[in-house]
Amino acid sequence: MGTAPTVARRDRLGLGTSPLRPDGGPKVRGEFAFSSDLWAEGALWGRVLRSPHASARILRIDTAAARALKGVHAVLTALDVPGSELYGLEFQDQPVFASDVVRYMGEPVAAVAADHPEIARRALELIEVEYEPTAPLVDPEAAITAPPIHPEGNVVRHIRLRHGEDAEPGLPGGDGLVSVEGTYEVGMQDQAFMGPESGLAIPDDGGGVDLYVSTQWLHVDRDQVAACLALPPEKVRLHLAGVGGAFGAREDVSLQVHICLLALSTRRPVKVVYSREESFFGHVHRHPARMWYRHSADPQGRLVKVEARIVLDGGAYSSSSSAVVSNAAAFSSGPYRVPNACVDAYAVRTNNPPCGAMRGFGAVQVCTAYEAQMDKLATALDLDPVELRLRNALASGDRLITGQVINGTAPVAEVIRRCAAAPLPEARPHPPAMALPGGAGRTADPARVRRGVGFAVGFKNLMYSEGFDDSSSARCRIEGGAITVTCAAAEVGQGFVTLVHQIAEDVFGTDGVVLAPAETATVGSAGSTSASRQTWMSGGAVDAACRAARDALCGRVAARHGLSPEMVSMRDGRVVSLGREVDLTLDEALAGDVVDESVTFRHAPTVPLDDKGQGDAHVSFAFAAHRAVVDVDVDLGLVRVVEIATAQDVGRVLHPLQVVGQIEGGIAQGVGLAVMEEILVTDGLVRNPSFTDYLIPTALDMPVVEIAGLVEEPEPGAPFGAKGVGEPPTISSTAAVAAAVRAATGLELPRVPIRPEHIALAAQ
Amino acid sequence: MAVFVPTSLEELLTARAERPGLDLVAGGTDLVVEVNFGRHRLEDVASLSRVPELGGWRREGPAGPGGHLVLGSGLTYTEMLDPTLAELLPSLAQAARTVGSPQIRNAGTLGGNLGTASPAGDTLPVLAALEAEVLLGSAAGTRLVPLGEFVTGPKRTALAPDEVILAARVPVARGHQEFLKVGTRNAMVIAVCSVALVLDEQARQVRVGLGSVGPVPIRALEAERFAAEVVDWSTGRFSGGEADLRRFGELVGAAARPIDDHRSIASYRRRAVEVCARRALERTMSRQAA
Repeated sequence: MGTAPTVARRDRLGLGTSPLRPDGGPKVRGEFAFSSDLWAEGALWGRVLRSPHASARILRIDTAAARALKGVHAVLTALDVPGSELYGLEFQDQPVFASDVVRYMGEPVAAVAADHPEIARRALELIEVEYEPTAPLVDPEAAITAPPIHPEGNVVRHIRLRHGEDAEPGLPGGDGLVSVEGTYEVGMQDQAFMGPESGLAIPDDGGGVDLYVSTQWLHVDRDQVAACLALPPEKVRLHLAGVGGAFGAREDVSLQVHICLLALSTRRPVKVVYSREESFFGHVHRHPARMWYRHSADPQGRLVKVEARIVLDGGAYSSSSSAVVSNAAAFSSGPYRVPNACVDAYAVRTNNPPCGAMRGFGAVQVCTAYEAQMDKLATALDLDPVELRLRNALASGDRLITGQVINGTAPVAEVIRRCAAAPLPEARPHPPAMALPGGAGRTADPARVRRGVGFAVGFKNLMYSEGFDDSSSARCRIEGGAITVTCAAAEVGQGFVTLVHQIAEDVFGTDGVVLAPAETATVGSAGSTSASRQTWMSGGAVDAACRAARDALCGRVAARHGLSPEMVSMRDGRVVSLGREVDLTLDEALAGDVVDESVTFRHAPTVPLDDKGQGDAHVSFAFAAHRAVVDVDVDLGLVRVVEIATAQDVGRVLHPLQVVGQIEGGIAQGVGLAVMEEILVTDGLVRNPSFTDYLIPTALDMPVVEIAGLVEEPEPGAPFGAKGVGEPPTISSTAAVAAAVRAATGLELPRVPIRPEHIALAAQ
Repeated sequence: MAVFVPTSLEELLTARAERPGLDLVAGGTDLVVEVNFGRHRLEDVASLSRVPELGGWRREGPAGPGGHLVLGSGLTYTEMLDPTLAELLPSLAQAARTVGSPQIRNAGTLGGNLGTASPAGDTLPVLAALEAEVLLGSAAGTRLVPLGEFVTGPKRTALAPDEVILAARVPVARGHQEFLKVGTRNAMVIAVCSVALVLDEQARQVRVGLGSVGPVPIRALEAERFAAEVVDWSTGRFSGGEADLRRFGELVGAAARPIDDHRSIASYRRRAVEVCARRALERTMSRQAA
């Protein structure tokens, strides 16, 4: 075995280069320790008993037989939760264990710790739970007025957005206006990360606990766990374990409270690893959506008014539904100038699986609808779909339908133009069977394959919105010869660990900086690894902490040598004065002292949306355009996505290879939602909780990704001028694929994922 | 729990006779899934991987029509793709290629596909169309069971608790073969439906096996009789017209007994086997004249 270089050969250091990920080699070689790989001497295995019903009363729970099983060390129910019985990201509305009712299939009822996972599984079978099933509420539209299934009511949030002079429901007046209408649906998508939920909890002697876990936000987990355990936060120490993907699914607490309860009650380390099936029940999903739209435009194609009614199914508990629906409303008309808007957006409770954060966060669902509407409008106006989008493209200085003026960059027209200008892939005269729709199944008849091209544009906010006190802390310590950066930002695969090194390289002029493990005990919160925010927020915090430490060190050296502070700087990892009469190693510069600087970084403040859905709720926006080329077997309804061209507004490219990685990965998830990914739920029961039946794209399903443009207009106020790049690739890629399939088939196809029968049986 | 690792067929059959119902594991691509889902609890288990008699394949009797191919139950999907075997049984190779990922194809076996007898088992419609027999063995001896009698229901077989699947015995047929499988993804997918078509020029038969459209693999007998009339047996190619293809598809569709489930709906499955069947028959036209 050769040894792989840990850092790619670069002709310079810092931002804008593509160093290899520090954890890349170990991951590729299978040597990286994910959270599921952890072990401690004497550890027990924890497992959770879950409700088989979508809705039921619990009449009785008897754990005696489970407790009596040899090898079982703890059986816990709601009665064993010492602190808050409820937890939740935005509202504490979700029980740690259900005690009186269960509101969704998979809701935790009890947990066990045992010597062996199989003993734990058998113990679960011995727990007697007497349920009285009740009729589940599964229709989100009906939920708005149905009797509440939760003390907090069924409507988690209703956003009544009214914008412009003609903001009430109804067609606008005016000569020659054209209106198009449609109702669209999006199925329930799963984040489908590779590494299922897992963690290791180790109790200490003082009643506290260390939890090693894969998560997106250590500190918010800690606070929720501590509240449920009735412990002060400092007695609950969270450490980031190796994370195998996140995509929003690790924002909510899953096993965190259960595992700590088990560890504290047994006084033994406890390990929990969800199976793939359990993972489907253990985390929230992307909200399914039903969306009615009416677009009205003048004869030149300028949008006059957008009306929409959007219903998101939040499932049994609120999770981040209130923020998701806020996004759905705010971005409901797309990256276009819309003078009048009337949007009612609801997030409701049902007895379906809870839904919450997933890459794109409310912007994905509405994009599938408003982009289908834009295509309908183009047809009605006999305009080219790209041209119609250009005529309405938002630009800096324009007002959103929330009334907010975009002060930052908004190169919408530029991403549209660059994407549309990419040359179309040529149809191969004799494609191999594998390259045709149906792939390995050899089903295609080339004469019955139609090609279609679809275009879509999308956008969303970066960072947390609506007045949330969004911050990130970082710490930089220089001691001996070492510079150590500490930040609790969760590395979930996105590449923050690489970025930290690049930032520090620019500040110190050396690549030898150490990034300490992310945990809660020694540094403040970094906020969540979500909302495309860590490059801006924690990147900004790390940059500021490094600069503060460097300036402190240089200041001390300057004072010691009687120089003014600006005369001393760092170059190639050394502290040097302007004329190099001072030229010290770090160790020499410190002279036995230590530099330790902590910084908390905040973005510009925002405000909540008001009762008309208006307000400067967002910090910054990122835009992307996608053009999909698909081949469709019109008889069998099978789709092969041939190519997706894209242009994206990135502010500034900090790591070219990682930007490409985000774009390709985001497109894979967008393609998945367009043609295959859906959690099927019938009467509240999940029918496909496995990777056998919840299909995600394989290499054969993944299109060629043509990056037609990375638009670099530095964002004012953003550290490095960079925008987060993680989410935009998922937002409009789904809509573009759907548009391409419509173009190939001539069918309306108002629902994603498009299933083969939607095409094959409609084509009759 | 005990694990047996027999190194000869005799040892295996003895173990199975002493512990009827002893779990058998070859590639484990079905069994381990069942265990992981908690649907099957392993007690005693015997590994088949070191029993040399179960591996590989051989010819029996004449090389051409009248002869047989005996495919060991330990034959992996990857081995079915071996060019020598694939030339003799192209439809089996095509079916094997649709199974899972390379890792799964390296582990999963023909015997496992037979033993699991899933309605979606990819080799089963092929074996049905090939008129394969299943060779079963026990300490008491062996018996040959036609595939249609071996698979008695969804995931149910005629395998006795003391028996082991030794091989599939396939008559050698000269003629075009096709296997088409519909899934909602371009690879690594459980069949929504599948169609195997085998032309037997010697017997002047067209045989059609359908997968995932009934509790067991289905032969479309009426469609077969119709198709035999629209093949030019001097060339082994379909010689009819568009109406014949349509009729053939309809007859195949009529033979299907599909259901609605989480993978698809019955009406689509019926449509899809119609389409696949006519495409399969049409593809015989591209065959070089013998």
